Amino acid sequence: MKLDSDDFELFGLPRRFEQDRAALDARWRALQAEVHPDRFVSEGAASQRVAMQWAVRVNEAYQRLKDPLRRAAYLCELHGAPIEAEKNTAMPAKFLIQQMEWRESLDEADTVEAVEALNDEVAGHRQQALTQLKALIDVQHDFPQAAQQVRALMFVERFLADIDHRLEQLGQ
Amino acid sequence: MALLQISEPGGAPDPHQRRIAVGIDLGTTHSLVASVRNGVAECLPDEAGRVILPSAVRYLDQGRRHIGHDALKEAAADPRNTIVSVKRFMGRGLADIADREKLPYDFIEAPGMVQLRTVDGVKSPVEVSAEILATLRYRAEDTFADDLFGAVITVPAYFDDAQRQATKDAAQLAGLNVLRLINEPTAAAIAYGLENGAEGLYAVYDLGGGTFDISLLRLSKGVFEVVAAGGDSALGGDDFDAALANWALGQAGLTVMTPEDKRAVLVAARATKEKLTTADHATLACPLSAGEMAVRVTREQFETLTEPLITRTVSAMRKVLRDAKATTDDVVGVVMVGGSTRMPKVQHAVGQFFGKTPLTNLNPDEVVALGAALQANALAGNAGAEELLLLDVIPLSLGLETMGGLVERIIPRNSTIPTARAQDFTTFKDGQTALAIHVVQGERELVSDCRSLARFELRGMPPMAAGAARIRVTFQVDADGLLSVAAREETSGVEATITVKPSYGLSDDDIARMLKEGFATAEEDMRARALRESQVEAERMLLATRAALDADGDLLDAERRAAIDVLIQQLETLRAGDDHHAIDRGVEALATGTEAFAAERMNRSLRQALTGKRVEEV
Repeated sequence: MKLDSDDFELFGLPRRFEQDRAALDARWRALQAEVHPDRFVSEGAASQRVAMQWAVRVNEAYQRLKDPLRRAAYLCELHGAPIEAEKNTAMPAKFLIQQMEWRESLDEADTVEAVEALNDEVAGHRQQALTQLKALIDVQHDFPQAAQQVRALMFVERFLADIDHRLEQLGQ
Repeated sequence: MALLQISEPGGAPDPHQRRIAVGIDLGTTHSLVASVRNGVAECLPDEAGRVILPSAVRYLDQGRRHIGHDALKEAAADPRNTIVSVKRFMGRGLADIADREKLPYDFIEAPGMVQLRTVDGVKSPVEVSAEILATLRYRAEDTFADDLFGAVITVPAYFDDAQRQATKDAAQLAGLNVLRLINEPTAAAIAYGLENGAEGLYAVYDLGGGTFDISLLRLSKGVFEVVAAGGDSALGGDDFDAALANWALGQAGLTVMTPEDKRAVLVAARATKEKLTTADHATLACPLSAGEMAVRVTREQFETLTEPLITRTVSAMRKVLRDAKATTDDVVGVVMVGGSTRMPKVQHAVGQFFGKTPLTNLNPDEVVALGAALQANALAGNAGAEELLLLDVIPLSLGLETMGGLVERIIPRNSTIPTARAQDFTTFKDGQTALAIHVVQGERELVSDCRSLARFELRGMPPMAAGAARIRVTFQVDADGLLSVAAREETSGVEATITVKPSYGLSDDDIARMLKEGFATAEEDMRARALRESQVEAERMLLATRAALDADGDLLDAERRAAIDVLIQQLETLRAGDDHHAIDRGVEALATGTEAFAAERMNRSLRQALTGKRVEEV
């Protein structure tokens, strides 16, 4: 285990999409318990800096591993299929039409209930897409196809953030 | 001053030597200092037996000042020179201070942070806070008849970078070695959690004199993980006082003009509010320059007119649950912190929101200081200290200004600290050789709606076509929640770095000037003080390095060992001299020279701690 190990090595977890969240969380806490700068407060500047680097690295890996979409993107990258969303903007027409319909629904929704209904629909869609992603990565090992799915899910994720934002506005 | 016990040269320090470490709650209305004694955290009383130090500083002529109870007594008589609730001005510009025309101070607009004109000259909120901190430091030193190893100081979770940096500056000015800044709700959770062996998801509702925090923490076996934090750094008991005062003035058909009147009404409003905690009605009465004022108010009236303030806290609670993707059912318990949570209406609203009775069995005034003391004791590495791990988050997103005044978020709110994140940018124009970097904090899309933290420039890039440059901007937030930003053009290697401080914080020169101008530590000569601090740091570094060599010296071959021994020898020699700059350089040389060794030690300890264990066992 080194500072430049990949996230899965660092956390001692199998290199796959499906993960046990409880094991991931437990490993994160165990690693932080060893490397957190608080453990080295009285050990001088050199130890502080090393601890800081490690704690940052462990948090970075944890953030990436616990988020299914970022974990999938990372696996695609490790397997030679980088996401590069800005270079790969082509999306199927069906997908784009659905995106537009959702956007329109959000514009028209003016009650908390309406926005929450839309939220449930989109979240359900996201869940389905993640299940497909799991099959693409863990079963079919089709990383280029998985990368395409990740790109599509990035749109969905952004849209869910917009819904959240709207809920926040309506909630105030 | 934080001094280690210095042993005879060659003699080993006593491993059982206790390091005196304290927790300080630097509050809006009052402050406390606590420490762990005989395994128990307790607040330290002053010579009159009082643990609470009112956060009030009264400046008199000829550099004299009153701090705490003595200052508060004169607040109504001498409002302009008696600074209370100074925490609300920390890291804030004049425009940030709501209701400033209702406050009795003579504010001065200054770059980054507002200042106050007093009979003793212009004071920065940092200086005023440092007076309070120094008073608590002396109290602790008198209690233990010893110098302090260091302090953990608490800040509201919702404090932004400017407010945190200002707090750290104040501690430095007060001669405190800051072991860590921690968030108030986290400190409260430590005190509550350790005491009660709490496990699961807890909410901490912290309504103090001037700030409101709501944090969700997951507690398990000495680990305190903040899942989400939110709040309002300008909402507290003071606002309840102000609302009541305004209403009462309206009822009496009066407008106050003089600073004395302003302070008198606020003081009376606060007393009335406190009476209404147990009484159904009370009379807000005080003498004003225009005559005597007396307005009867019922608890119901008070609750109606402060309803909007409580609603704001409810919105914040909702937002934090949304951030944590949790529901009120997931929350096992709600810990109440801060004197303002004594208001029955507040307890009722929180109870109703979470569907469970809030936990009020702790002293809401003391719990934050007690938690900070427990963490300070653990950080000092004292034997018998509880094994604590704090995994805290940044409360507000950090980002950069991009084209069109939009914010590009680099580190999202609720990221666990310490953290670092890099993002690549490019140039907009052909032949562009410089790039202006504007660092902002906040959740809004537009730069103008966020707080500006710092501006700096990356200069001297080779001219390239628009879009050809690769500029990597790295944000790093340390364990105190403080930010530093670095920018580097990858093809040419041009770099620029900034610790996000100069645009609002105090420069080292400012601090030197304040110390010279007779701050509370004036009895010490500036240079002697700097020298002593450098010597202490050198001693600390030498001790740590020797301990590391004893433990893991076998990692080094003879050549590397010899190189480190030379650095140690050099620092020993420098330490005996009186050039504090040279000592600082020696400390830095030893730190740099042992960094690779420290990294290898970390690898070894990780291997020992974690390998062999399968994931399920961890």
